[in-house]
Amino acid sequence: MADKITVGHVHMSGCTGCLVSFADNYEGLLTILDKYADLVYCLTLADVRHIPEMDVALVEGSVCIQDHIAVEEIIETRKNAKIVVALGACACYGNITRFARGGQQNQPQHESYLPIGDLIDVDVYIPGCAPTPQQIRNVCVMAYLLLKGNDEQKALAGAYLTPLMNLAKAGTEACGCDVMYNVINQGLCMGCGSCAAACPVRAITMVYGKPQVERDLCIKCGACYAQCPRSFFSFDVVNQYEGIIDAIDAALQP
Amino acid sequence: MVLGNYKQVIAARSTDAEILRGSQDGGIVTQLFAYALDAGIIDGAIVAGPSDEPFKPEPMVATTREELLASRGTRYSISPNMSLIKEVTRSYGLDKVGVVGTPCQIQALRKGQLYPVGLRDVPDKIALAIGIFCMENFPYQSIIQLVEDHGATALENVSKLDIGKGKFWIYTERGATVQIPLKVTHKYEQPGCHVCLDYVSNLADISTGSVGTPDGWSTVFVRSANGDDIWAKAIAAGAFETKPIDSVKPGIELVTKLATEKITKNQQYIEDRKTKFTVGKELRNPYI
Ligand SMILES: Cc1cc2nc3c(=O)[nH]c(=O)nc-3n(C[C@H](O)[C@H](O)[C@H](O)COP(=O)(O)OP(=O)(O)OC[C@H]3O[C@@H](n4cnc5c(N)ncnc54)[C@H](O)[C@@H]3O)c2cc1C
Ligand code: SF4
Ligand code: SF4
Ligand code: SF4
Repeated sequence: MADKITVGHVHMSGCTGCLVSFADNYEGLLTILDKYADLVYCLTLADVRHIPEMDVALVEGSVCIQDHIAVEEIIETRKNAKIVVALGACACYGNITRFARGGQQNQPQHESYLPIGDLIDVDVYIPGCAPTPQQIRNVCVMAYLLLKGNDEQKALAGAYLTPLMNLAKAGTEACGCDVMYNVINQGLCMGCGSCAAACPVRAITMVYGKPQVERDLCIKCGACYAQCPRSFFSFDVVNQYEGIIDAIDAALQP
Repeated sequence: MVLGNYKQVIAARSTDAEILRGSQDGGIVTQLFAYALDAGIIDGAIVAGPSDEPFKPEPMVATTREELLASRGTRYSISPNMSLIKEVTRSYGLDKVGVVGTPCQIQALRKGQLYPVGLRDVPDKIALAIGIFCMENFPYQSIIQLVEDHGATALENVSKLDIGKGKFWIYTERGATVQIPLKVTHKYEQPGCHVCLDYVSNLADISTGSVGTPDGWSTVFVRSANGDDIWAKAIAAGAFETKPIDSVKPGIELVTKLATEKITKNQQYIEDRKTKFTVGKELRNPYI
């Protein structure tokens, strides 16, 4: 298909686990690259040295503000990309780099790390440490439909992406405390246990039907709150779950 | 839309006497999972299993008929079944997952399939989602309060709890029946239930509850293409006895009436959260 979108993977202070997750779509990734997207930039996989123009930038990792190249690159990314996606918890929320405080050889002054949304405007969040292959896949397919689809597909893609755009607007801080502040304290928790399932470090257990957060285990990834059905829930989108799942499956047939 | 999308609605009960003996209503949930396990449609299911406290459910992965039988019956208290949704695909190693849940849990499941933030590989492994009807749920301490204080009955002597016909019913092992008017129970409800806009598990593959059909029978909605396929196979295998829903009393009208009441009341509460608790501020609304 000629009319592909262009996608780049920008690696800031990340661990490449987000890219591995993307690759863990296996043949699904090949179908995406075959039919929907050209990978125009990705230092791990291709020999393009400088950040080109692209429709979608998948940015992994946070930004060390004492590393001037990193700062230049994130600014360059915003200038060159139509849609900036914070891929993974480090780009969205800082994640483990929130705990950085310098003092290690051989750049002991590299002590301040910020999620990319503190330096540039971000359009879409894909939280998670690591983000799931399926979530990255869904965003890729939806971004394609948004940019290249017919009106109906554009509307669906817009509705699908809205909550992930709202997360990007909502801020750059995340913690297990979010399920307390924004769900339990707000009278919205119904004890489903999704937050506990989502947590990558098992910091959440369900005690008498409510989440109990072990805050010193929490790495501040934001998965618990994003996965909670009482953080955001769109009947418009979720009521169409059968059609959307079928459409994504069909789109990924080689 | 108060009853969601569905392909058919019927009255049904299991044809398996052993399943029926300990089931809440028509044994639909246990029978469907037992059939699906036999037929290789699922290789296990997340259910509300027993725990070491009476009537306190504990999420459990059932991979045998015995484990399914142990989970029969309604526990009117929170069982965070979604807490196992990732683990079931990890250490339990399941590829075809069954899960039963209240409407909110089925919503959580579908959100997890569409927006899997912390649920890698879960979306593609859901093979059968059974939803149960739910008007509201209770924290476990509320059940203690209701049974032991209002009902003056020791919870460990209780054989069955049921909500129906406007009452909270307590049945004891020695044959006594205690009833509590539902208006007494309202203040003990889980607060998060008051923003809930789903009564009959609209997003399940198949959903079931007691309302609408006589004692010992269940009302069953067959909803998704997947649910339709599994239901047809279960019927062909002789797993269920069925009757047309309009041949039983009180029938679908009562389900519609209760669903409408629940949704109207809770929609009002969501509106009230914008104005009645606050000045110049709003409590958060999760529905965007
Ligand atoms: C909190 C609650 C409120 C309900 N409110 C209504 C209502 O208003 N109207 C109505 O018609 N029906 C209601 N039901 C459903 C009804 O009580 C039965 O669960 C349903 O009819 C299934 O009966 P069965 O004989 O098919 O299932 P069974 O074969 O008895 O199996 C019951 C299944 O439900 C699961 N289960 C039990 N307790 C819970 C729980 N707390 N959370 C999640 N899963 C659980 C068990 O794991 C088991 O798999 C409610 C159920 C619950 C849990
Ligand atoms: S509690 Fe777990 S899921 Fe939530 S932010 Fe902390 S590490 Fe992430
Ligand atoms: S995911 Fe479920 S249990 Fe966790 S905070 Fe949200 S509603 Fe409560
Ligand atoms: S009333 Fe709604 S929120 Fe409460 S347990 Fe039932 S389905 Fe969940």
